[in-house]
Amino acid sequence: MNLLIKGGRVIDPSQGLDDTLDVMLENGLIKEVGKGLKAPAGAEELDASGKYVVPGLIDMHVHLRDPGLEYKEDIVSGTRAAAAGGFTSVCCMPNTKPVIDNKSIASYIINKAKAEGVCNVFPVGSITYGLNGERMSEMGELKEAGCVAVSDDGKPVVNSELMRRSLQYAAGIGIMVISHAEELELVGEGTMNEGYTSTELGLKGIPRVAEDIATAREVMLAEYTKSPIHIAHVSTTGAVRIIREAKARGVQVTCETAPHYFTLTDDAVRGYNTNAKMNPPLREADDVAAIKAGLADGTIDAIATDHAPHHLDEKDVEFNVAMNGIIGLETSLPLSLKLVTEGVLTLNQLIEKMTCNPSNILGLQRGNLKVGSVADITVIDPSVEWLVEADKLISKSKNSPFLGWSVKGAAACTILAGKVVYKR
Amino acid sequence: MAEFKHRDIIALRDLTKEDIELLISTAENMREINGRDIKKVPTLRGKTIINLFYEASTRTRTSFEIAAKRLSADTVNITPSSSSATKGETLADTALNLLAMKPDIIVMRHAVSGAHYHLAKKVTCSVINAGDGAHEHPSQGLLDMLTMKDRFGKLDGLKVAIVGDITHSRVARSDIQGLTKLGSHIYLAGPPTMMPPCVERLGNVTVCGNMKEAIQDADVVMMLRIQQERQGKTLMPNTREYSRYFGLNPENLKLAKPNAMVMHPGPINRGVEMSSYVVDGDQSHILKQVENGVAVRMAMLYHVCGGELAE
Repeated sequence: MNLLIKGGRVIDPSQGLDDTLDVMLENGLIKEVGKGLKAPAGAEELDASGKYVVPGLIDMHVHLRDPGLEYKEDIVSGTRAAAAGGFTSVCCMPNTKPVIDNKSIASYIINKAKAEGVCNVFPVGSITYGLNGERMSEMGELKEAGCVAVSDDGKPVVNSELMRRSLQYAAGIGIMVISHAEELELVGEGTMNEGYTSTELGLKGIPRVAEDIATAREVMLAEYTKSPIHIAHVSTTGAVRIIREAKARGVQVTCETAPHYFTLTDDAVRGYNTNAKMNPPLREADDVAAIKAGLADGTIDAIATDHAPHHLDEKDVEFNVAMNGIIGLETSLPLSLKLVTEGVLTLNQLIEKMTCNPSNILGLQRGNLKVGSVADITVIDPSVEWLVEADKLISKSKNSPFLGWSVKGAAACTILAGKVVYKR
Repeated sequence: MAEFKHRDIIALRDLTKEDIELLISTAENMREINGRDIKKVPTLRGKTIINLFYEASTRTRTSFEIAAKRLSADTVNITPSSSSATKGETLADTALNLLAMKPDIIVMRHAVSGAHYHLAKKVTCSVINAGDGAHEHPSQGLLDMLTMKDRFGKLDGLKVAIVGDITHSRVARSDIQGLTKLGSHIYLAGPPTMMPPCVERLGNVTVCGNMKEAIQDADVVMMLRIQQERQGKTLMPNTREYSRYFGLNPENLKLAKPNAMVMHPGPINRGVEMSSYVVDGDQSHILKQVENGVAVRMAMLYHVCGGELAE
């Protein structure tokens, strides 16, 4: 199917493009970008006036729960939720059952996504075998099988020697290491951010310094080994500062944050709201400000959701017992667009953090609208207002702190390799 | 008489000054029953009260049970294994099964802060908190306030020192919430490792640098329990050193006002947070607290049941 997207505001930060243009797609590729394009015979037309036409959004941090935990999410439901959220590519974390620590699991995910999914799925293999923190996974084969990074996401690699060697080994292979930066002894049995709210609610706190210390270690190991590292879900003032300083002196460090870290504070936990429980935890107002500042000055490269589906049975329980994590694929775009209306980011900066930056960090060969590129495109309606409702979410799980929120902006149309996979 | 509008009593934070005053004044009236020869009134006859204790308790559970029986309610005590929160039946399922037997009140103690809010969402009967994690222990807070009021006639303007592990203390949180609403000023002391962040924002709270500062001219000195097992290896060197800097003894008690009350929510570790001379001394009101506990719990049960007298 060939498609002409007409009259949208076409934004591609990878080539500095921002203009009212038409985009012609042919055979799954971008054929032409220009003004006054005419649809050839047989091609369909999509009116994008008043909308943004951007490279397909990329979420470099999701949990698809497949294989093994399909009662929470699977590749079909997860990629459908992604497409509805405007994402054409997601990177799925390895804490599945079994773990993505060998090429057969990676291949299973890639094959199932190709056969049944509606967006690109790039698996992230584990740094250590079985996520046990003891022995490196077969990173070479994982990369060959299609993994775009390695991570023990959900927990840090506690052993600094093993982390150092993993960074060196991964750099040799040419695969990115994504760190879940947390000092576990300081986390202890904490269940929310340590601060006034944890004092009032009598919940054990997780101090911000737990993330800061681990981030500092990762940065120092990357610096020492002259290897790249990517820090996942940055949530604290301290981590932003450490990464900013490291970047300034040339350390190969990149990082991401998630919409909840620039949208919510730990106030959201009040009422023992388990849909506001995640790891790292929601922090405080000064951290939210620091995250926004980090996004604005380029310290934070990417916005990723850490989409973490959990079954109602795992969330509708006492706070301490509830699982960590929230879903994010279907709310990321409107929450992120708010950064533009608030003046934190320009629209181009925002799109960059949701397209070409994650693509460049992981070498995905996506995230642009260059002629000849794969036609992964998201058409964004910036003005549509909608209510986040559990029964309207496509994800199998409904664990979102944004239920009941009225938000603005949504994917009007998501196009994967020239094919419309979602239309609002 | 003022009206008590709450179905549940989970935290003193959720109650108004008027609610708390009403509970205390009802408790004062209830005490008369406890002094009778036949200590029983028919007020809650036909009501069923379940004491669901996920954590061990002698004093609180007995006190709630006696309170219920003095009001002629029928009581059932259940002490599930504390591990059943993470394996086997969920709290919600346990609660729904109990609810099917039509209780009027579930009195629960649970190790998880906020567990009662989860319970209250699942059930249609009243829920009373007998202690949840490090969150609140409202009946203890109320009985502490009643005991102070007995001694001073009012709570407004009192200087109350609370000494010990504030971070892990649900008693301290309920005392702070309740006393603040009634106009007392709370002075906290303890090792910085046991002082939760921003605790001064909870109410009329001053965090003191040392114990002397807290108890200087205090009207009330409330000591909290310290255990090597509970405070673990990282919060203090050992109970010996703790006792030296944060233990109450006849000598440092002299810093408080001459008529100051000494209180403790129990159980006491004699020789750790308090010397036996103080525990058993003239200024100790510790057993008076326990006595008042029954009256306070009678008042709580009475008001969540609608505060109406049976025939």
